[in-house]
This record gives sequence, C-alpha cells and structure tokens, in this order.
Amino acid sequence: MNYEEKLQNVSVLGAAGKMGSGILLLTAVEMADLQLKPENKAKSFVLNAIDVSPAALTGLYGYLKTQVKKIAEKKVVQLRSVYKNNSDLIENSEIIDQYVDDVLKLVLFSTRIESTYESTLIFEAIIEDSDIKVKIISQILDNNKKDPWFLTNTSSVPIDELDSRASLKGKILGFHFYNPPAVQKLVELITTKNTNKELIEFSKAYAKNLNKKLVPSNDFAGFIGNGHFMRDLLFGIKQVEELHKDLSFAESIYAVNRISQDFLIRPMGIFQLMDYVGVDVCQKILQVMSSRLNDKSLHSALIDKLMALGVKGGQNSDGSQKPGILLYEKGKPVAIYDPNKKDYDHIESFKSTLDAKLGKLPTSHKSWKDVVGNKKKEELLKTYFDELKPLNTMGAKLAKDYHHSSKNIGLTLVKDGIADNAENVNTVMLTGFFHAYGPINSFLD
Amino acid sequence: MTAGYNTISLGTGRKEFNPKKPRSGIEHYIKEAGQATVKSLGGAKNVDEGVIGNFMACRFVKQAHLGAFMPIIDDGLRHKPSLRVEGACASGGLALVSGIRSVLSESADVVLAMGVEVQNTVKAIYGADILAGAGWFKERKEGHAYFFPGQFSNRAGAYFEKYGRDKTRQAFAVWFKNAIENARLCPTAQEYENKVEDLIGLALTEPNPRGFTDHLNVFDCSKVSDGASAIAICSEEGLAKAGIPKSEAVEVIGWAQIVENITEKPSDLTKLTTIEAAAKKALELAKITINDLATIEVHDCFTVAGLLSVEALGFAKPGEGPDFVINGNTARNGKIPFNTTGGLIGWGHPTGGTGVHQAVTIWEQLTGKAGAAQINIPKDKPYGMTINMGGDDKTVVAIVYKKTS
Repeated sequence: MNYEEKLQNVSVLGAAGKMGSGILLLTAVEMADLQLKPENKAKSFVLNAIDVSPAALTGLYGYLKTQVKKIAEKKVVQLRSVYKNNSDLIENSEIIDQYVDDVLKLVLFSTRIESTYESTLIFEAIIEDSDIKVKIISQILDNNKKDPWFLTNTSSVPIDELDSRASLKGKILGFHFYNPPAVQKLVELITTKNTNKELIEFSKAYAKNLNKKLVPSNDFAGFIGNGHFMRDLLFGIKQVEELHKDLSFAESIYAVNRISQDFLIRPMGIFQLMDYVGVDVCQKILQVMSSRLNDKSLHSALIDKLMALGVKGGQNSDGSQKPGILLYEKGKPVAIYDPNKKDYDHIESFKSTLDAKLGKLPTSHKSWKDVVGNKKKEELLKTYFDELKPLNTMGAKLAKDYHHSSKNIGLTLVKDGIADNAENVNTVMLTGFFHAYGPINSFLD
Repeated sequence: MTAGYNTISLGTGRKEFNPKKPRSGIEHYIKEAGQATVKSLGGAKNVDEGVIGNFMACRFVKQAHLGAFMPIIDDGLRHKPSLRVEGACASGGLALVSGIRSVLSESADVVLAMGVEVQNTVKAIYGADILAGAGWFKERKEGHAYFFPGQFSNRAGAYFEKYGRDKTRQAFAVWFKNAIENARLCPTAQEYENKVEDLIGLALTEPNPRGFTDHLNVFDCSKVSDGASAIAICSEEGLAKAGIPKSEAVEVIGWAQIVENITEKPSDLTKLTTIEAAAKKALELAKITINDLATIEVHDCFTVAGLLSVEALGFAKPGEGPDFVINGNTARNGKIPFNTTGGLIGWGHPTGGTGVHQAVTIWEQLTGKAGAAQINIPKDKPYGMTINMGGDDKTVVAIVYKKTS
C-alpha cells in the first residue's frame, strides 16, 4: 500500500487534546496538499477528529481554522501555483480562504469511536494510560477490516507492551511529537524488532513531508525525551529539598527554577516546564517509567502531594498557562505554591534578597533568546561557561551541579541503550525542548 | 514650497510599533502633519485650499472621501476647497502637482499639500493584494503573491541576465547600507533605531523564492509604513501673507507629471523609461542638468528601482549603475547624495505620503533644516530634485527645486 492510499482515511484519537490537535492540524494540511494534486482530484480524503468531549471538538474547529489560515498565509507563494487554474481565485486573500476551506472540509468531527472503523491509519494521542490505550486499540481492531496501522504519540508507554497486549503484530510504532506539534521540530520514532517495515518506511516519509526531525529512540519507558526530562526534574526537586533546609519552600523552588533557566541558559526553568507539561502528566509518566523500568527512584513525593491538593498546571485552550507550582501573570511566574501553607507566596517578597544570595550571573551571560538563534552560539556558550566554571557563588555552585547531573542523565541514556548515541540525546533536547545546547557537552569538564 | 512636516514613519523597526496593540488611525496622521504646517503658515486663515494624496485608504482602512477630512486639521478649513488625488505610490507627488497648478493658475496663493497612508492594518500578505492595485488588475492572477516585489524581482532578474548578478547584488547591498545609515540620522525614519552592524552582510542574504521572490530579499524592499507628510505650496504673495521669509522656502523651477500605459508591459525591464522622460522634461523646464543638483530623492521602493533610477536619470550609462553606486557616488558624502534621510527603504514608504515626504526632505536640505541628516549644499549647486513613481514606472512626478537666494 502506498503512502497516499494510507492517508486517504485517517483518524486521530484524542484530537482535541494538546498533542492531538497539533497532530490533526499537520495531518489535515498534509492530506489536503495530497488531494490538491491534479492526479488526486477524483479521490476522497477523510480525516476523523475524534474526542470524547463535544465542547472540546467545537474549540478544535476554531483552533484548526486559525492555524490553517496562518499556514496558508506562509505558503501563499506555492498556493498561487496550486490554484493557478482556478480563475475565480485572484487575490491572496481569496486563495488563502479557499485553502482553509479545502483543509477543513477533509475533517469530520466526532465523539464516536465507530468513526475509526474505515480508517487505514490511526494516530493515538489519548491519555497516558496503557490499559485505556489497549482497550481502545483492541476495540478498533475488532471492528476495522482495513488492517489499519497505528501511530501512537505515547511519551512513556513501551511500544512492545501496546503491540503485544493489543495483538497488533507489529502494526504500531511510537511517533512521539513534542509540544506544540505544529512548532517543535522533533519527532521521536520508536520501533521494536517486530515493527512492520512498510509502516516504518511510511512514518519516515510522513515525517519528512511534515518537515520534522526524526530521532530514533529505543523502546524503554519514557524514551529519550522524558527519560531526560523526568530525571532532570527529579534532580531539581532533590536540590529543592536540600535548599529547603535553610530557605523557605517557595524560595527553594524559585532558586532552582532560576538556576535551571537563567544560569543554564534554557528557555524556561525546570518547574515552569513541569507546569507547562502538566503536573498530572508528569505524575503519569513517572508512574509508567517507574513500573516498567522497575526503578523506585522515578517517583516524587512532591508531585504526588501537589496532585492531591489539585495543583495540576497545564494550559488553557487559548494556550495560556494554568496555575501550577508557579502562578503566572501574562505568562510570567509571579508566585510559588507552598503545599504546607496551601497557598502561593509572592516572588517579589523575597526575590531581591534571594537573588543577592545566589550571586550575580557571569558578566558574559546572555539570555536563552539571545543565544539560541545566534550564529556565534558555540562561542557565546563557551565564554559563558568558562566564566561560570571558577565561580563559587551559591548560584554558580547549584548551576554546576545541575549541569553535571543533566550531562550524566544524558550519558546514562546512551549507556543503558535507550539512545543509540550522544548525538541523538542532544538532538532531542535541542529540537524537542528547544535547548540552546545538548546536555552531553564539555563546557564544564 | 515651505513649512514642511513629517510624522514618524510607523511600522516594524520603530520601538513604538507593536502589531498586537491598537494604533492611531489615518485621522491622527492627517491632523498631526496638517496642524504642524498650518501653524507654520500662521493659521488656517492663510490657507486657500487643501489637497490630500492617498493611494488605498479605501482598502487599508475602509475609508474614502479623504478631501473632506481637511477641516479636522483646523476648523478654519471648513468650506474651503479640498480634494483627494490618487496615482498609486505617486499620489503624494500628484498632491504637489495639484497644488502647483492651483498656484500657477492663480486660483490659490497658499495650498496645503499632504500625503498620507496607513498600511499596518493588515498583514503584509494581504497588503500585497491591496498594493497590487497599482498594477493592472488583469495581470494580478498571473502575478506573484507579493505582486510588486514580484514585478521588480523580474526587473532585477532581467538586469542580472544582461549585466551580471554578483556586482548588481553588491550594488543593492550598498544601496541598502546607505539607506539605513541615512535613516539613522533622521528621528522620524522607520529605521532610525536600526543597530545592525553588518548591513552589507544582511543585505546579501540570498533571496528565497519559496517564501518570497526569485531575485529580491526583504532587505531589497521598502518598508510597510503608516505616516503623513505635509508642505505648503505658495505664491510669493502667499509667502508674504503667511509672514514666511523667502529664505525659509524653496522655489519650484521645473516639474513634470506624466503617465505610461498601465495595460502594457515594460518594453525593456532593465529601464525605467517613464522616469527618464519625466526627469528630462522637468530639468528642461528648470533649465539645469543633473550636474547642477546638490541632492536628489528617488523612488527606491526596491533597491533595483533605486539602481535603475540612477541610470534613467543619466548619472550612469545602462549597465554602469552598479559601479556608480558601489563606488560611493550616491552616498551622503558622494558625488550626488541620494535619499539623504533614508528614502523608501530607510525612512519608510507610507505609499500615498511618499511624494510629499520627498519634497519635505529636499526643502529641509536646501533650507538647512535637516538636522543631523544635513548635507553640504554647494553654492554653485543650489538645486534638488524629487522623483515619485506610481506602480511599475506608470505615473511619474518629477520636481526640481532651487534654494532661494
């Protein structure tokens, strides 16, 4: 079966979710581009957007419309040639509107699993729970006579586990997008020795057409991305526990969040990232990793406590950040949740004293934003870390410890065979987490 | 002409500009520029009529009938003649010509001439649709998504083919560098705060045909701008009435306003023949040659248009424009300083306002009011010139100015 035929009837499960909506968008655009080729004019293309929540599907329609329009605006130069034979479409605005229509009319919104029964390709982006995934995949397999392929967006559950539990016989692989899928370049590709070869070929072609960077990861719970992120987060929590002996809880969180952002030149601090991903999602991923890897250290009492208190983080449908361990105003953290007080402490109340305690940033410091796209990035980073290295301020010490831990996590991922090499670990952190440099580096050796 | 005024050229590059926040409407610009000029003239009682050059307010801000906005400048303009004129990006030039005609016909002694455009109401990709109205609509379908950049990219491509690419692109880069460096001297310029160090390197960015045009990059293009400019066109009696000494004014000694057939494609893509004809006519009327000019403002909506103007005006032979530019002749300290406040690429291009902005710049230079952007006006070259172009060399307004003695 060729690439195009596989994409004629597709379903996305969990289509209104954070990841599902992005996957739906990219797939809808890819399918529309196929359909708009003159040779495919007579063929029908269907994309089922399936989610349990009717309200979320309504929101999804709005999201798709806005995003497809943005995509159309960016590629109008090509679209003018796609529509060159349509004499009614003259101005860019007319061409853009037509393209939005052509993409949206492929998408059928549904709350019913039955909609997947004609699909040849199914993206799974539902809750990070192996039992529920297996149940739904099995139900589809029982009713779908098209011998469908499954691409799962799981970020933690081993593919082999889903394959064997749902009796998929290799017709599933991990195709793990990063949040938000429409922006982040990375897709982790997880295959097993049983994975269908044609499915692997298809996935590579699909990733290429979506202009994604494909990094292979071996089939261990958490894969490379969460394999690093979760351990990095746990290290941050450990640092907080240490600091909390002398500082208040909020101060400790602030210090580690700032160290992991400013001192290490990352796009956001580790606790902001936890909120961004969702405290609930982090808890689920840790549970899966801990049980599958049989490693009790992959657990955080703090995360469990936050969840018990209903502090979940995550985003609103407009992309704004919900309150998590940090409270946000206009996207910036302004207060920190103290589980003992069950309330937020304002950062302003201790910021200047604590910043003084942490010590100044090295003079050559530049923000992540100024470094990440800079042509002289390597040079800037080298100068910065050379300056950080001999410093003995509290902030510099914490930063160096954090940096070494992050590097060790990366090296262990290679040693344990989760990543084939250091480059794959670094690529995941660069393209999936938008870091300015990979964790496996020699800046502070 | 006297009492010139420019608002800032607002758009990307200015720190005041935030595309997500509400901005001033077209009324604000008309008022700011108009009131400044009226004040210099001693009040609206001294103004006999008004004229507003504007290209596409009817689409950018959904507003036509701009002539009737004159009284918002000053209540004293109520029940006085006022009209709006349009000739695409030469609309500002047409406002000047309209004023010159009124004064020459002795139907007015003082004309308030203004040009205005507000373009940041839509994204550039939709702005391209609107600006494409300066071409023939029957050619829109076949044209580039960015219609005018596409037209001038074709001109650049033809020039590359005939005279070589590398040196020509180098000349585009020098043109860009001069524009930005001049704009940095003019506080109202859109690129006033540009801090890029390697302007040549930036300008030499390879064009990206998938996202933009084949032969031009975004640095080859003028800015998307909101802004207005105003100037007064007066008879000698008008100047006296306003109490303005002659030394504060420049004399219009030659002008031409001509058109080419908009439904025909250019006969030679490497030449701007309408500009050539208009300049010739204006210079003949002024009885001077290009060698008498101390400075000139040309319509560099694209670097290639600047380069082709150098040749159309006769500063360099066909194919020799790149050398002329690369050797520094058009720089502010060169043989003939071009676009001393940045031109359309550096100062900005509020399309309908540009023609008037050019006149204000020449007036400032010839009367010593250009501030940090002031160049030396040699005693034996007391002349300046403006070339304002509408569409792809279809409407041209050329004006020659003389410093008053």
